[in-house]
Amino acid sequence: MIVPFGHVLAFSAAMFLMGLACVLARRNIIMILIGVEIMLNAVGLTLVGASALWQDLDGQIFVLFIMAMTSAEVSISLALVVYLRRRKGTLTADAFDGMKG
Amino acid sequence: MPAVIFYLLGGTALAATLMCVTRRNPVHAVIYLVNALFALALMFYLLGAPLVAAWEVIIYAGAIMVLFLFIIMMLELSAEQHPSGPGWLRWGPVILLSLVLLGATLLILALDPKAAEPVPLFYVTPRKFARALFERYPLAVEIVSFQLLFAAVGAFYLGRTGSRKEEP
Repeated sequence: MIVPFGHVLAFSAAMFLMGLACVLARRNIIMILIGVEIMLNAVGLTLVGASALWQDLDGQIFVLFIMAMTSAEVSISLALVVYLRRRKGTLTADAFDGMKG
Repeated sequence: MPAVIFYLLGGTALAATLMCVTRRNPVHAVIYLVNALFALALMFYLLGAPLVAAWEVIIYAGAIMVLFLFIIMMLELSAEQHPSGPGWLRWGPVILLSLVLLGATLLILALDPKAAEPVPLFYVTPRKFARALFERYPLAVEIVSFQLLFAAVGAFYLGRTGSRKEEP
């Protein structure tokens, strides 16, 4: 381990918080999806750091599964973005309030 | 020395992420996110995960971000944006971040972190990774492949046009 694990955790926590702020604050659906990507990458950094801390490669295998999950999620969500744009002509999240949530 | 490079890359990743989440133009945000992902890939390499670092570049930066760019440009989301301020303010930061990443890559190449340490670092070769993956988690690999198939079918279903009554 070249750096203390706490520093890796601090880096990934900062990245995760930025992604969370992006999801919560932005209105554009594309930017919300980008925030989700940032959060997933921060989690991947935590997993790789933990894998290096305990000298065990299960964390890296989990990062592989996270990447597969992300590619599936991105393909579905971008198809949804295209569909919503075709349907309402905008990508502002406030426009999609059909369920009155 | 690897620790210094690690902190440098961490700072680069945080700066690129901060620029990414504050951009108005989604194309600029994606470009900065690609910078952050490259920095993260180098950090993965320094933490002993070369295969994950390669995937970070190939899958995330190469496939997913290009998909984002493709959708943004297909929907013409940034057509109405007007550039403001001097030009160097727009392309200056991304050039700076890219130069830092290039320098860090060359530094890592110059001093192999495996050889720089007296004790062998934790370093997962692709052979070890593949053995662990396919011997310990074969069922998970199958489930992931099914998940990708379902995602492809779902995306195709959502993206088809015509022959469907559109509700107002």
